[in-house]
Amino acid sequence: MNRSLNYGEAIREALDQSLSDDPDVVVMGLGVPDPKGVFGSTLGLQERHGPERVMDIPLSENAVTGVALGCAATGMRPVLVHQRVDFTLTAFEQVVNQVAKWRFMFNDQMSVPMVIRMVVGRGWGQGPQHSQSLQALFAHIPGLRVIMPTTAHDAKGMMIAAIRSDDPVVCLEHRWLYSIEDEVPESRYVVPLDEARIVRSGTDITLVGVSYMTLECLAAADMLAEAGLSAEVVDLRSIRPLDTSAIVSSVERTSRLLIVDNGHVVGGVSAEIVAAVVEQAFSHLEVAPERMGFPDYPTPTSPALADDYYPLPHQIAMRASEMLGKRFSFQPIDRGERRLDQPHPAYQGPF
Amino acid sequence: MVEEAIANLYPEQEMRCPVHLSIGQEAAAVGVCDGLRSGDLAVSGHRSHAHYLAKGGSLKRLLAELYGRSTGCTGGLGGSMHLTDLSAGFLAATPIVGSSVPVAVGAAFSAKARGSDRLVTIFVGDGAMETGVVHESLNFAVVHNLPVLFCCENNLYSVYSPMEVRQPGHRTIADLAAGHGIRTSAGDGNDAEEVAVLADDAYRSIRAGEGPVFLELSTYRWREHCGPNYDNDIGYRSLDEFDLWRANDPIEVLAARGVWSQRASDTEEIASEIHLAVEFARESPFPDPETVRYPVLHRSVS
Repeated sequence: MNRSLNYGEAIREALDQSLSDDPDVVVMGLGVPDPKGVFGSTLGLQERHGPERVMDIPLSENAVTGVALGCAATGMRPVLVHQRVDFTLTAFEQVVNQVAKWRFMFNDQMSVPMVIRMVVGRGWGQGPQHSQSLQALFAHIPGLRVIMPTTAHDAKGMMIAAIRSDDPVVCLEHRWLYSIEDEVPESRYVVPLDEARIVRSGTDITLVGVSYMTLECLAAADMLAEAGLSAEVVDLRSIRPLDTSAIVSSVERTSRLLIVDNGHVVGGVSAEIVAAVVEQAFSHLEVAPERMGFPDYPTPTSPALADDYYPLPHQIAMRASEMLGKRFSFQPIDRGERRLDQPHPAYQGPF
Repeated sequence: MVEEAIANLYPEQEMRCPVHLSIGQEAAAVGVCDGLRSGDLAVSGHRSHAHYLAKGGSLKRLLAELYGRSTGCTGGLGGSMHLTDLSAGFLAATPIVGSSVPVAVGAAFSAKARGSDRLVTIFVGDGAMETGVVHESLNFAVVHNLPVLFCCENNLYSVYSPMEVRQPGHRTIADLAAGHGIRTSAGDGNDAEEVAVLADDAYRSIRAGEGPVFLELSTYRWREHCGPNYDNDIGYRSLDEFDLWRANDPIEVLAARGVWSQRASDTEEIASEIHLAVEFARESPFPDPETVRYPVLHRSVS
């Protein structure tokens, strides 16, 4: 029988099963055992596995990252949780100088099997310091794996893989994905940490989506299909290492590439993808690759301004059709009661 | 003597990495490591040679590392500022001031969580006490009642910046640490016997499960912050101050008490060991960029 879980429940199950399977797994983070349980992803875990293994932390992200590293270097598998990417920045020194380099600088005599989860905020006025999506920053650092699962299925499988991995894994989870359900097997399964996935086959253009933007790309692909255009949608899933071969082979079929990043365009992941495709599949390209993502300024707070910040499906479809030499007028999705700063009407923030 | 040898050989320009020599600060390392068991761990920062050696780290592999050879303790990837010898329980040294402190606390957390009787000693300097991460780490260690000794060697200078421009004069570093609710003590960091007594006392209470201890040891760096030379001529500290500390030479302190004498045969034996280590380093091959395997990512889990 098929079973549906939402994204938060899927991560919770991955953590629960990992805690049950391996006594060296611990989960730590601000609010992990609180009544909200990090959007449901850690609910009940302390009750099941005890306060020694599932714990709250002092507001000391930097030190606790080093603590997790010290645990990992001496045989444990810690999972560190931050409720926003922005909060992790106070620990950037540990992440970049220590966690990413520990195995390298001690010449493979120690490994650092740890996971750092962090949530990307959006909507309801999250603003400049609660909605940054800094995957490119982490992806710049050799020694880290950086993942952004989009579906609940992948969230569970990639979380289990991340915990079992002997590398440090940074996992960015989009806040708006938490309520979205997907088919999630009860079994313990692994989704590879370095593979993109074609989530919709097409022939005319490749749309590469990052995290939540994959869903926007799928909606755009529906619009394009109605206009008789066939878009292939690739869910990037892994930011580092990049699965360039999957993207290149898709572009070899479609000859066109539009990347929609959940992050800034300038200096972003999309630039790295374009570079790889131009280097490896230049002769297959019919038109220059294009990129969409966050504009070159921080996220504004007022909904009047934030509504204009994120790429929307009809804009993606428009850009894709222009790359195909067509001029269609795609209309915004009818959202009914839902405002643009809500993933669904039930979401009323505040966090 | 090891550090003196490094200082003497450094101008040959074959050791091509920054070195922060421990000359003048040996007593703290020796006294604190004396009470550690082989299963215990030590962690340090940028000035770590003495800590590495006092914990039993391989002299040959230290020298080979300074010479950038494949036989070095990190195979030439780390150099003087990234030492490790896991077989001796010297977990790691990394040079960003304060940054290795939470890692030591994590190792102590892990020891407690896994039911081991291991304790961890972290060496810091006075400068590290000005970083946020050290205070975050002290708080964490106290909250979790972890088996860890924070050993602060106060040598009065952070590179060339003196204490008076960095910390207020009306409280000590131990006072500062005590604000975290950690047990503290302080002593003469140039007296290895006194240090050992203070450290052993700390270890007794840590091993009894009474939580972390903070130990402040006053000491002095004889040579320049980084490199092999004396630097009393550049004007950041007075010669009077230097002479005062030099008169308090950790080795002379022990010799005057008759605890240790620099007998010629002992000195020769140590010199010979150093000579062999230098030879070992110089004769060892460099890592080969064609065949070296850089440990960056493991294979993906599947």
